[in-house]
Amino acid sequence: MIRRKTAIAGLGATPYWKRGQSAPRTMNELVGQAIIAACADAGLEVTEVDGLAYYSGGFDSSYLMETLGIPELRFSAMLTGSGGGSAGAVGLAAAAVVAGLAKHVIVVGGNQQGEVRFGSITKSYDRTPANAFFEAAGLIGPGHMFALLAQRQMHDYGYTREMFGAVAINARENAMEHPLALMKKPLDMDLYLSAPPIADPLCLYDFCLESDGAIAVLVTSTERARDLRRKPVIVQGSTHGGERGWGRSLYWMNMPAGQFLSSGHRSVARDLYAQTGVGPEDIDVAQIYDHFTPQVIAQLEDYGFCKPGEGGGFVLSGAIRRGGSLPINTDGGQLSGAYVWGMTHIREAVEQMRGTAHHQIAGAELALVTGGPSNAPMSGLILAES
Amino acid sequence: MSEIAVSPPEALFTLATDRWTAPFWEAARQRRLTACRCGNCGAFRMPPTPFCPECRSQEVEWPDLPGTGTLFSFSVVRRAITPEMEGHLPYVPALVDLDQAPGARLISNVVGCRLGELRIGARLVVGWRERSDGVVLPEFRLGE
Repeated sequence: MIRRKTAIAGLGATPYWKRGQSAPRTMNELVGQAIIAACADAGLEVTEVDGLAYYSGGFDSSYLMETLGIPELRFSAMLTGSGGGSAGAVGLAAAAVVAGLAKHVIVVGGNQQGEVRFGSITKSYDRTPANAFFEAAGLIGPGHMFALLAQRQMHDYGYTREMFGAVAINARENAMEHPLALMKKPLDMDLYLSAPPIADPLCLYDFCLESDGAIAVLVTSTERARDLRRKPVIVQGSTHGGERGWGRSLYWMNMPAGQFLSSGHRSVARDLYAQTGVGPEDIDVAQIYDHFTPQVIAQLEDYGFCKPGEGGGFVLSGAIRRGGSLPINTDGGQLSGAYVWGMTHIREAVEQMRGTAHHQIAGAELALVTGGPSNAPMSGLILAES
Repeated sequence: MSEIAVSPPEALFTLATDRWTAPFWEAARQRRLTACRCGNCGAFRMPPTPFCPECRSQEVEWPDLPGTGTLFSFSVVRRAITPEMEGHLPYVPALVDLDQAPGARLISNVVGCRLGELRIGARLVVGWRERSDGVVLPEFRLGE
């Protein structure tokens, strides 16, 4: 059981850049900067880091040891899958600390899209027998795949583009005055609806940004965190996984009808609430992985904030806005803030639980963070104010 | 919307196979639509994998299917996100639930129809497109 036994004691990040603009900085350089900043924030020497936890392919621990001068490594592990593991990598670090494998574990994520655009990332995948079944149909970007999910959501649940638009507009409103967010132009429903489609039913504003940057957090025991410089943010709990029916999900599209309409998070959410001893009614603010607007709605359903088929009405009601019952993506999210493969969501949840967020939700004590709906595993994380 | 759905550009795709997937593409060369069926319990699975997820058997069969199906979902790709896509728009990625193969959903394309005719639940009939590299791909037209 990892419940409340660990805490995030440090947070570090590079600036955010639009796609490719971080060049000539290298990916390892951005990652190193984030790690150094996270340690400085915690008031800890980098040399005291003894664990590294990743997701989405991770980074080269041996290179990071050599370049950062980390003297000994006791834990180096990665959640498999893709951006689904972002929130869960914190759980991986927590598990290592609770098990006594390591004392100070860095979780780091980042991207630098100088060479490969995420918008067409599947085109860069290896030509494999398994991938042939989606590549043959011209699915070359995640947007094409999630469009297929969204079309069915609209058909079965009667969802409208206005519902997807409500997610995009909420993100933009939160981004507009946020000092870190990349997108500052106002977005209203007329503008949203008049945007040309990229892959029906998705338009430009349904897609997350493509940006560069790296973010790291330092996970240690709750006890140890209390000795460090910053107010600890308690890791209430974290889970990852998924069900077979979701499995390779968007890559194979073979989900049974019911799961096709979900975000793949149902079992992860169920386990997360069981592990943490809290329920959706206890969550004060949520950072929901927003690579595509319809998947935000599906996650709100999977995490029990509303029933399946009611998420569209939920977002349209204003519940997700800063004055609503469940403010989400208070930093502008990945749609309008920056896309750092899920790490911005962790960063914003830490800020909310420290009470230092730009758009601070008054009195917030529990924050949910989700990893991206993709091939399993997906993951979730609940952070608590200390 | 009077635009007609076209085939996606050839340049986006190069076929790779292994011994589990090759029979599907071999059948396609013969203009025969099939799907992977477990030789032990009869459960369909697509794409083909080395084990039946229901019974773990490695026995497989490749039955002739009628070549018809139902449109489960679709998108209309209208914007070129790579240079190869220019001149090959709009195309329609489609999820097709295959008749007589319950559980087998094929990711394919719908071609030759007006975009406004596309509806989830539409009946589809397979056709075949031979590429310049000799690979033959199934693609679907609106049926009766």
